[in-house]
Amino acid sequence: MKSSVIVFPGSNCDRDIAVALEKMQFKNQMVWHKETKLPKSDLIVIPGGFSYGDYLRSGAIAGKSLIINEVIKAANEGCLILGICNGFQILTETGLLQGVLLRNKKLKFINKDVNIKVINNQTKFSNKYKKDQILKINIAHNEGNYFTNSEHLQKLKNENLIAFKYCNTTGSTDEDSNPNGSLENIAGIFNSKKNILGMMPHPERMIDNLVSNTDGVNLFSSLLN
Amino acid sequence: MKFSVTVTLKKDVLDPQGKVVQNTLKNLGMDNLKSIRQGKYFEIELDDSDQKKAEKKIDEMCKKLLANLIIEDYKIKKI
Repeated sequence: MKSSVIVFPGSNCDRDIAVALEKMQFKNQMVWHKETKLPKSDLIVIPGGFSYGDYLRSGAIAGKSLIINEVIKAANEGCLILGICNGFQILTETGLLQGVLLRNKKLKFINKDVNIKVINNQTKFSNKYKKDQILKINIAHNEGNYFTNSEHLQKLKNENLIAFKYCNTTGSTDEDSNPNGSLENIAGIFNSKKNILGMMPHPERMIDNLVSNTDGVNLFSSLLN
Repeated sequence: MKFSVTVTLKKDVLDPQGKVVQNTLKNLGMDNLKSIRQGKYFEIELDDSDQKKAEKKIDEMCKKLLANLIIEDYKIKKI
Protein backbone atom coordinates (compact mmCIF):
# COMPACT_ATOMS: atom_id res chain seq x y z
CA MET A 1 0.00 0.00 0.00
CA LYS A 2 1.35 3.40 -0.98
CA SER A 3 1.16 6.32 1.39
CA SER A 4 2.08 10.01 1.26
CA VAL A 5 2.72 12.24 4.24
CA ILE A 6 2.21 15.96 3.60
CA VAL A 7 4.83 18.16 5.28
CA PHE A 8 4.20 21.81 6.16
CA PRO A 9 6.55 24.28 7.81
CA GLY A 10 5.88 23.56 11.48
CA SER A 11 4.75 19.94 11.08
CA ASN A 12 6.47 17.96 13.82
CA CYS A 13 4.86 14.52 13.78
CA ASP A 14 5.67 13.88 10.11
CA ARG A 15 8.66 11.72 10.92
CA ASP A 16 6.80 9.75 13.61
CA ILE A 17 3.98 8.86 11.23
CA ALA A 18 6.53 7.95 8.52
CA VAL A 19 8.26 5.58 10.97
CA ALA A 20 4.91 4.03 11.88
CA LEU A 21 3.87 3.60 8.23
CA GLU A 22 7.19 2.07 7.23
CA LYS A 23 7.15 -0.26 10.21
CA MET A 24 3.73 -1.45 9.01
CA GLN A 25 5.16 -2.03 5.49
CA PHE A 26 3.57 0.94 3.74
CA LYS A 27 5.59 2.33 0.84
CA ASN A 28 5.75 5.88 2.08
CA GLN A 29 6.75 9.19 0.52
CA MET A 30 7.06 12.62 2.09
CA VAL A 31 5.42 15.43 0.10
CA TRP A 32 6.36 19.09 0.67
CA HIS A 33 3.38 21.45 0.79
CA LYS A 34 4.60 23.48 -2.19
CA GLU A 35 4.31 20.50 -4.53
CA THR A 36 1.47 20.66 -6.99
CA LYS A 37 1.35 16.96 -7.77
CA LEU A 38 0.81 14.05 -5.41
CA PRO A 39 2.54 10.74 -6.00
CA LYS A 40 0.06 7.91 -6.59
CA SER A 41 -1.19 7.06 -3.11
CA ASP A 42 -3.74 4.81 -1.46
CA LEU A 43 -3.44 6.78 1.76
CA ILE A 44 -2.61 10.44 2.38
CA VAL A 45 -1.67 11.46 5.91
CA ILE A 46 -1.76 15.01 7.20
CA PRO A 47 0.43 14.88 10.28
CA GLY A 48 0.37 16.68 13.60
CA GLY A 49 2.35 19.73 14.53
CA PHE A 50 1.96 23.47 14.39
CA SER A 51 1.74 24.20 10.68
CA TYR A 52 2.63 27.87 10.06
CA GLY A 53 2.96 28.38 13.81
CA ASP A 54 -0.84 28.17 14.16
CA TYR A 55 -1.05 31.68 12.64
CA LEU A 56 -4.60 33.01 12.20
CA ARG A 57 -6.25 29.74 13.39
CA SER A 58 -4.75 26.28 13.77
CA GLY A 59 -4.68 24.72 10.33
CA ALA A 60 -6.07 27.79 8.54
CA ILE A 61 -3.00 28.61 6.43
CA ALA A 62 -2.07 24.98 5.69
CA GLY A 63 -5.69 24.43 4.67
CA LYS A 64 -5.15 26.83 1.74
CA SER A 65 -1.71 25.61 0.66
CA LEU A 66 -0.90 24.48 -2.89
CA ILE A 67 -0.86 20.73 -2.26
CA ILE A 68 -4.27 20.85 -0.53
CA ASN A 69 -6.07 21.19 -3.87
CA GLU A 70 -4.58 17.84 -4.85
CA VAL A 71 -5.53 16.31 -1.51
CA ILE A 72 -9.13 17.48 -1.99
CA LYS A 73 -9.17 16.05 -5.51
CA ALA A 74 -7.78 12.72 -4.30
CA ALA A 75 -10.28 12.64 -1.41
CA ASN A 76 -13.17 13.18 -3.80
CA GLU A 77 -11.89 10.29 -5.90
CA GLY A 78 -12.06 8.04 -2.84
CA CYS A 79 -8.42 8.07 -1.69
CA LEU A 80 -8.06 7.37 2.05
CA ILE A 81 -7.14 10.47 4.05
CA LEU A 82 -5.98 10.44 7.66
CA GLY A 83 -5.56 13.70 9.57
CA ILE A 84 -4.02 13.50 13.02
CA CYS A 85 -4.14 16.38 15.51
CA ASN A 86 -3.10 19.44 13.48
CA GLY A 87 -4.00 17.29 10.45
CA PHE A 88 -7.57 17.04 11.80
CA GLN A 89 -7.64 20.81 12.24
CA ILE A 90 -6.40 21.26 8.67
CA LEU A 91 -9.07 18.88 7.32
CA THR A 92 -11.82 20.92 8.99
CA GLU A 93 -10.33 24.14 7.58
CA THR A 94 -10.39 22.68 4.04
CA GLY A 95 -14.01 21.61 4.49
CA LEU A 96 -13.21 17.92 3.88
CA LEU A 97 -14.49 17.31 7.40
CA GLN A 98 -17.25 19.36 8.95
CA GLY A 99 -17.02 21.14 12.28
CA VAL A 100 -14.20 22.96 13.98
CA LEU A 101 -11.62 22.44 16.75
CA LEU A 102 -11.84 25.16 19.35
CA ARG A 103 -9.41 26.08 22.09
CA ASN A 104 -9.42 23.50 24.91
CA LYS A 105 -12.13 24.33 27.41
CA LYS A 106 -9.67 24.88 30.25
CA LEU A 107 -7.30 26.91 28.04
CA LYS A 108 -4.35 24.63 28.69
CA PHE A 109 -2.20 22.67 26.30
CA ILE A 110 -2.80 19.02 27.19
CA ASN A 111 -0.16 16.35 26.68
CA LYS A 112 -1.15 13.03 28.23
CA ASP A 113 -2.26 9.51 27.48
CA VAL A 114 -6.05 9.27 27.53
CA ASN A 115 -8.58 6.50 27.03
CA ILE A 116 -10.63 6.51 23.88
CA LYS A 117 -13.36 4.14 22.78
CA VAL A 118 -13.80 2.74 19.27
CA ILE A 119 -17.32 3.77 18.25
CA ASN A 120 -17.39 2.54 14.65
CA ASN A 121 -15.20 -0.44 13.78
CA GLN A 122 -16.79 -1.04 10.37
CA THR A 123 -14.48 1.23 8.39
CA LYS A 124 -11.22 1.04 6.45
CA PHE A 125 -9.49 2.72 9.39
CA SER A 126 -10.86 0.72 12.29
CA ASN A 127 -11.83 -2.82 11.16
CA LYS A 128 -9.09 -4.49 13.23
CA TYR A 129 -10.45 -3.01 16.44
CA LYS A 130 -13.41 -4.40 18.34
CA LYS A 131 -16.49 -2.24 18.80
CA ASP A 132 -16.28 -0.30 22.09
CA GLN A 133 -12.66 -1.39 22.52
CA ILE A 134 -10.84 0.98 24.86
CA LEU A 135 -7.46 2.26 23.70
CA LYS A 136 -4.88 4.30 25.56
CA ILE A 137 -3.58 6.93 23.16
CA ASN A 138 -1.57 10.09 23.62
CA ILE A 139 -3.08 13.50 22.99
CA ALA A 140 -1.03 16.70 22.70
CA HIS A 141 -2.98 19.76 21.69
CA ASN A 142 -4.24 23.20 22.58
CA GLU A 143 -7.20 23.26 20.17
CA GLY A 144 -8.93 19.90 20.37
CA ASN A 145 -12.35 20.94 21.55
CA TYR A 146 -14.53 19.60 18.75
CA PHE A 147 -17.64 21.59 17.94
CA THR A 148 -20.25 21.34 15.21
CA ASN A 149 -23.84 22.43 14.63
CA SER A 150 -26.71 20.29 15.94
CA GLU A 151 -27.76 19.25 12.44
CA HIS A 152 -24.31 17.85 11.68
CA LEU A 153 -24.05 16.24 15.12
CA GLN A 154 -27.29 14.41 14.39
CA LYS A 155 -25.87 13.29 11.05
CA LEU A 156 -22.69 12.04 12.76
CA LYS A 157 -24.85 9.90 15.03
CA ASN A 158 -27.37 8.71 12.43
CA GLU A 159 -24.72 7.70 9.92
CA ASN A 160 -22.32 6.28 12.50
CA LEU A 161 -19.59 8.80 11.60
CA ILE A 162 -18.10 9.16 15.08
CA ALA A 163 -14.84 7.20 15.09
CA PHE A 164 -13.62 7.60 18.67
CA LYS A 165 -14.85 9.11 21.92
CA TYR A 166 -12.89 10.03 25.05
CA CYS A 167 -13.83 7.71 27.90
CA ASN A 168 -12.70 6.44 31.30
CA THR A 169 -11.07 3.09 32.01
CA THR A 170 -14.44 1.32 32.03
CA GLY A 171 -15.57 2.89 28.76
CA SER A 172 -18.00 5.42 30.16
CA THR A 173 -17.96 8.65 28.14
CA ASP A 174 -18.68 10.99 31.02
CA GLU A 175 -17.64 14.61 31.48
CA ASP A 176 -14.71 13.74 33.74
CA SER A 177 -13.07 11.77 30.95
CA ASN A 178 -13.47 14.58 28.43
CA PRO A 179 -10.04 16.26 28.41
CA ASN A 180 -10.78 19.27 26.22
CA GLY A 181 -14.51 19.96 26.28
CA SER A 182 -15.29 18.26 22.95
CA LEU A 183 -18.95 17.95 22.03
CA GLU A 184 -20.18 14.55 23.28
CA ASN A 185 -16.57 13.51 24.02
CA ILE A 186 -15.81 13.25 20.29
CA ALA A 187 -12.14 12.46 19.62
CA GLY A 188 -12.36 11.58 15.92
CA ILE A 189 -14.86 11.63 13.04
CA PHE A 190 -15.33 10.31 9.50
CA ASN A 191 -16.78 12.06 6.45
CA SER A 192 -20.00 10.55 5.05
CA LYS A 193 -18.12 8.30 2.61
CA LYS A 194 -15.89 7.15 5.48
CA ASN A 195 -12.73 7.55 3.40
CA ILE A 196 -11.54 10.45 5.55
CA LEU A 197 -10.70 10.18 9.26
CA GLY A 198 -9.76 13.13 11.42
CA MET A 199 -8.67 12.47 15.02
CA MET A 200 -6.95 14.41 17.79
CA PRO A 201 -5.18 11.44 19.48
CA HIS A 202 -1.86 10.25 18.03
CA PRO A 203 -1.96 6.56 16.98
CA GLU A 204 1.52 6.89 15.46
CA ARG A 205 2.92 7.35 18.97
CA MET A 206 1.48 4.02 20.08
CA ILE A 207 3.23 1.47 17.90
CA ASP A 208 6.02 0.20 20.12
CA ASN A 209 6.02 -1.15 23.69
CA LEU A 210 9.48 0.24 24.22
CA VAL A 211 8.22 3.82 24.13
CA SER A 212 4.50 3.53 24.93
CA ASN A 213 2.09 0.78 23.96
CA THR A 214 0.80 -0.76 20.74
CA ASP A 215 -2.80 0.47 20.79
CA GLY A 216 -2.25 2.44 17.58
CA VAL A 217 -1.01 -0.51 15.52
CA ASN A 218 -4.45 -1.79 14.57
CA LEU A 219 -5.36 1.48 12.90
CA PHE A 220 -2.56 0.90 10.41
CA SER A 221 -3.21 -2.82 10.06
CA SER A 222 -6.91 -2.00 9.43
CA LEU A 223 -5.81 0.11 6.47
CA LEU A 224 -3.75 -2.78 5.11
CA ASN A 225 -6.60 -5.24 5.59
CA MET B 1 -8.11 52.35 0.04
CA LYS B 2 -7.89 51.06 3.58
CA PHE B 3 -10.27 48.84 5.49
CA SER B 4 -10.44 47.33 8.92
CA VAL B 5 -11.78 43.86 9.56
CA THR B 6 -12.80 42.65 13.00
CA VAL B 7 -13.31 38.94 13.51
CA THR B 8 -15.05 37.76 16.67
CA LEU B 9 -16.46 34.48 17.88
CA LYS B 10 -20.20 34.08 17.29
CA LYS B 11 -22.52 34.87 20.15
CA ASP B 12 -23.18 31.22 21.04
CA VAL B 13 -19.57 30.07 20.86
CA LEU B 14 -17.72 29.90 24.16
CA ASP B 15 -14.87 32.42 24.29
CA PRO B 16 -12.64 31.19 27.12
CA GLN B 17 -9.96 33.83 26.53
CA GLY B 18 -12.53 36.62 26.73
CA LYS B 19 -13.90 35.06 29.91
CA VAL B 20 -10.47 35.00 31.56
CA VAL B 21 -9.82 38.62 30.61
CA GLN B 22 -13.24 39.53 31.96
CA ASN B 23 -12.62 37.78 35.28
CA THR B 24 -9.23 39.41 35.63
CA LEU B 25 -10.66 42.87 35.01
CA LYS B 26 -13.34 42.14 37.61
CA ASN B 27 -10.58 41.23 40.05
CA LEU B 28 -9.04 44.62 39.29
CA GLY B 29 -12.20 46.24 40.56
CA MET B 30 -14.12 46.86 37.31
CA ASP B 31 -17.44 46.04 38.94
CA ASN B 32 -19.75 47.37 36.24
CA LEU B 33 -18.17 45.11 33.59
CA LYS B 34 -20.91 43.20 31.79
CA SER B 35 -19.12 41.07 29.23
CA ILE B 36 -16.00 40.81 27.08
CA ARG B 37 -15.54 39.02 23.79
CA GLN B 38 -12.01 38.76 22.42
CA GLY B 39 -11.40 38.96 18.67
CA LYS B 40 -8.91 39.63 15.90
CA TYR B 41 -8.28 42.89 14.08
CA PHE B 42 -6.86 43.37 10.57
CA GLU B 43 -5.99 46.52 8.62
CA ILE B 44 -6.03 45.87 4.90
CA GLU B 45 -4.92 48.24 2.17
CA LEU B 46 -6.18 47.65 -1.36
CA ASP B 47 -4.97 49.08 -4.62
CA ASP B 48 -8.46 49.95 -5.81
CA SER B 49 -10.35 53.21 -6.22
CA ASP B 50 -13.85 51.71 -6.55
CA GLN B 51 -15.14 51.32 -3.01
CA LYS B 52 -17.87 48.82 -3.89
CA LYS B 53 -15.43 46.58 -5.72
CA ALA B 54 -12.90 46.87 -2.91
CA GLU B 55 -15.45 45.98 -0.27
CA LYS B 56 -16.47 42.94 -2.26
CA LYS B 57 -12.85 41.83 -2.39
CA ILE B 58 -12.44 42.26 1.37
CA ASP B 59 -15.64 40.30 1.92
CA GLU B 60 -14.19 37.49 -0.19
CA MET B 61 -10.98 37.56 1.89
CA CYS B 62 -13.01 37.20 5.06
CA LYS B 63 -15.02 34.30 3.73
CA LYS B 64 -12.04 32.47 2.23
CA LEU B 65 -9.49 32.87 4.98
CA LEU B 66 -9.76 35.53 7.67
CA ALA B 67 -12.83 34.11 9.41
CA ASN B 68 -14.08 30.60 10.00
CA LEU B 69 -17.78 31.11 9.40
CA ILE B 70 -18.79 28.14 11.53
CA ILE B 71 -17.65 29.91 14.67
CA GLU B 72 -16.80 33.49 13.74
CA ASP B 73 -18.48 36.69 12.52
CA TYR B 74 -16.69 39.54 10.80
CA LYS B 75 -17.23 43.27 10.36
CA ILE B 76 -15.71 45.37 7.59
CA LYS B 77 -15.19 49.12 7.97
CA LYS B 78 -13.58 51.68 5.68
CA ILE B 79 -10.89 53.64 7.49
